[in-house]
Amino acid sequence: MSYHPHDVARRATVARGLLVVGFLGFATAFFRAQVLRNAEYLAQAEQNRFREVPLAAPRGIIYDRNGRIIAENLPGYAVSLLSPTADSLRSAIRRLANVIPITEDQVEAAVRRWRKNPTRPAVILPDAPFDVVAVLEERRVENPSLIIQSTPKRYYPDGPAVASFVGYTGEVTERELADTMHTDYKPGQQIGKGGLERSYEKQLRGKEGVRYVEVDARGRVVRDAGARAEVAPQAAPPLRTNIDMDLQMYVMSLLGDSLRAGVVAMDPNDGAVLALYSAPTFDPNRFVGGIPADYWRELNTDPRRPLYNKVIQGRYPPASTWKLATSAMAMEAGLVQLDDYMPQPCTGGYRYGRYFRCWNHSGHGNVNLRQAIEQSCDVYFYQVGLKLGLSRLVAGGIKLKMRERSGVDLPNETQPQFPPDAQNYFNERYGARGWVPGSVSLNLSIGQGENAQTLINMARFYTALATDGKAARPEIVTRSPERVQIMNLTEAQMAGLRLSMAGVVSSRGTANSARVEGITVAGKTGTAQNPPYPDHAWFLGFAPVDKPRIVVGVFVEYGEHGYVAARIATKVMARYLKAATAPMATTE
Amino acid sequence: MTRRILDVPLVLIALGLSLFGIAMVYSAGQTDNLSFVAGLWRAQSGWFVISILAALVASRASVRLLDWLTPFAYVLTLAMLVLTLVIGSGAGTAASSKSWLVIGGMRIGQPAELAKLTVVLMLARVLANRREPPQSLLELWHPALVVGIPWVLIMLQPDLGTGIVFIGIFFAMLFWSGVNWRLLLLIASPAISLVLAFSTRLWGAWFLLLILLVWLYRPYLLEGIAIVCINVVTGVVAPILWEKLAPYQQKRLLVFLDPSIDAKASGYHVIQSQVAIGSGGWFGKGFTLGTQKRLNFVPEQQTDFIFAVVGEELGFIGVTLALSLFLALFLRVIRISSRANDPYASLIAFGLLASWLVHVFENVGMTLNLMPITGIPLPFFSYGGSFMLASWLSVGILMRISSEGRGRGDLAAI
Repeated sequence: MSYHPHDVARRATVARGLLVVGFLGFATAFFRAQVLRNAEYLAQAEQNRFREVPLAAPRGIIYDRNGRIIAENLPGYAVSLLSPTADSLRSAIRRLANVIPITEDQVEAAVRRWRKNPTRPAVILPDAPFDVVAVLEERRVENPSLIIQSTPKRYYPDGPAVASFVGYTGEVTERELADTMHTDYKPGQQIGKGGLERSYEKQLRGKEGVRYVEVDARGRVVRDAGARAEVAPQAAPPLRTNIDMDLQMYVMSLLGDSLRAGVVAMDPNDGAVLALYSAPTFDPNRFVGGIPADYWRELNTDPRRPLYNKVIQGRYPPASTWKLATSAMAMEAGLVQLDDYMPQPCTGGYRYGRYFRCWNHSGHGNVNLRQAIEQSCDVYFYQVGLKLGLSRLVAGGIKLKMRERSGVDLPNETQPQFPPDAQNYFNERYGARGWVPGSVSLNLSIGQGENAQTLINMARFYTALATDGKAARPEIVTRSPERVQIMNLTEAQMAGLRLSMAGVVSSRGTANSARVEGITVAGKTGTAQNPPYPDHAWFLGFAPVDKPRIVVGVFVEYGEHGYVAARIATKVMARYLKAATAPMATTE
Repeated sequence: MTRRILDVPLVLIALGLSLFGIAMVYSAGQTDNLSFVAGLWRAQSGWFVISILAALVASRASVRLLDWLTPFAYVLTLAMLVLTLVIGSGAGTAASSKSWLVIGGMRIGQPAELAKLTVVLMLARVLANRREPPQSLLELWHPALVVGIPWVLIMLQPDLGTGIVFIGIFFAMLFWSGVNWRLLLLIASPAISLVLAFSTRLWGAWFLLLILLVWLYRPYLLEGIAIVCINVVTGVVAPILWEKLAPYQQKRLLVFLDPSIDAKASGYHVIQSQVAIGSGGWFGKGFTLGTQKRLNFVPEQQTDFIFAVVGEELGFIGVTLALSLFLALFLRVIRISSRANDPYASLIAFGLLASWLVHVFENVGMTLNLMPITGIPLPFFSYGGSFMLASWLSVGILMRISSEGRGRGDLAAI
């Protein structure tokens, strides 16, 4: 080699220069990463080590009007696993399955939850019993990715009694998540699934908090508490309802388990729903956190249809309870007054093309409107219907809001069926020559024909009868009342109608057997034909007659006679009025 | 013994690097889920003591003795490399490769570490014996063979990282022996062709440059033609070679270009290493307190990625300190090399420098994705006995060369 000192010095200079340049290059690269991009990398490092564990917020407590609890929260436990991959999650669950019972379905559900949000702990047991939690706590060291957190669990102390309106809660479904209404929901969170829980989801939900756990690269929890300041969950404010739990429980006790019926009680002055019950009932507590498959099957195969709400979903011909609607229309039109008689007395039927029967085959004789209401004379109302004519019957029903939902603050209320107009609707249905307006009028005037109402909507109509002609929107939760004038009758006419209805629940009327001591009840029975099955029984009424404070609607499927419903209704009224007038000291 | 004067700066720098390194091996063991790494700093300290003793022994061997020993050491090394291929076994992350010499179930060591040293010695001997540096490709056959035989044996293990070190040593020592830089470029041209072949345009530009280079340097006609032909061939076979690579090798190269293409698997290590270093900031998260390391996000934190721990826990300041120590070491070795008594000693010093330099550049560059991952340790830092020993043997040889060299009066100057 050429080892002349001059050559060597030249090469050494080149080598030094290259070295210094190389190290400066490195220094620059590290400066860029560590100083200039520090915030970005620091955030990534923090994201690496912290996992958010959601802290479920307690849902708002639901109270009745007297402060009795309808829905509350019990301490519960959710078991979840943190995992970097779906496969490691599967194997971690399998390991857990050696000590606690875990089904294959639960494994798959957990993997699905993980896929939706891999950085959130995947919930394996949303509602673990305490003994399972105890077993797992003992083995925490062997399962470092395990996260056990207390989660409030919804509980309805009077479960079956409130099933008809309270609803239940459950994990938000994929379909719900896809809905734009639920953009702020994350998989695994609870959501109101029906009844008040769903109607008032926004108010009841509360605000989820978050806790941070520190994990290592394999998702094992290294530090639990205090790794990073947690955000405490915010409980939702309580929800006050108009429900009178004492009355509600009483209604349940009256109906028992054998009837298929609906009962609704309202304060006619502000629409407050005092009780709402559909029989047979079910236990919403069993729905919370996932409905057991066998219970679900049992409820769905039950011929009495417990999940079908007879108050807000069931639609039936209103039958004779409708006669008050016909009366109001005729009086408002100035065609008939309470003391007016019809041209033809009741002989057990009326001939109009064909023979239209009165329910009383022996006839009511010559009756005025007052008596016709008391005894529910069909022949009288056939003639009122003819006087009114089809267009006024249809327009009148529409004015009485018989085509609209009552607006009760529950989801899934059914819209009533009623003709939208007097001509086209029937033409389309039967063909232009297939129907006679008179016959249709006869049927409509006694609450049969193209008319099917929900119990709650009929109850709303009766709040107008009980007051000054204003129908009150049913309100389960205390809101600002909404009352709409649907009848324009004089005070005297209204009072007269109420007196006639009081006659129904008297020795002269069809609900004679439903009378109770001490209070005067006004109302109207209805027996809806349901061939070939037994008739349905209706009763709608209010008490006390002079200043009504409660409207009760009762519907009994296959009840056969209106008075069957009336007997239940008057008992409910008596219970409410006596409890309401009794001094506080004696209520306990 | 008093005749020789200790090269104090060299020893101090090497001691500083070693202590810094042991501290980092200790920190690498401080994880939230304790593993075997926790106790490695003790073993490393033991190796450190042994290594210093070995360096002292080595420093007593005169350069002349080394010169005499070199051929035997070289042949012995080749024998051990062959033996390793026959009875070797893998270890740690490179379990499938045969890099450890195992006798009777005991892992004796990695002959490749010894090979780095003996190849430097042998190459120095071959180059020093020439009056003039090699002027043509034909004259290079002897040095090329000295490096080529062990290189092939090591690539058969396979140990790509050490293979790269050999190439670095080869070029650095040729440079130091005075080989013209244009000739060096011509030698390197097939490899450059191989890399650039993935872009036809780049390769075309390179090819024109090569023609120019050949015209300027004017090698023998046959050599010129051979170089051009080889470049054409490598350019053509590059895509074929690419197909021949194992999928994991292809992935490594692709991930080097963009780690995010496989962030969960092959890109994971590089990304987490970058996050660790970048999150260190100016002053770091504090000794032993790096979260990326504590929670095992940094892979191989005690060996290949130990520099990520330096970056995370000691920040830019710590990185600068470590790099400055290395720079000081290298500048010192250049000084030793340029003041050596004879070409042989000078070339040894420069060869040892090249070996360290490739390690440092590759290892440190890898942690920031400036270099592809090859699994090569960081001298004085990475946990590992034979590497520590080899590094300090080098220090011992350098001490000897320094003491025999000129200008021992101004020891303070680096």
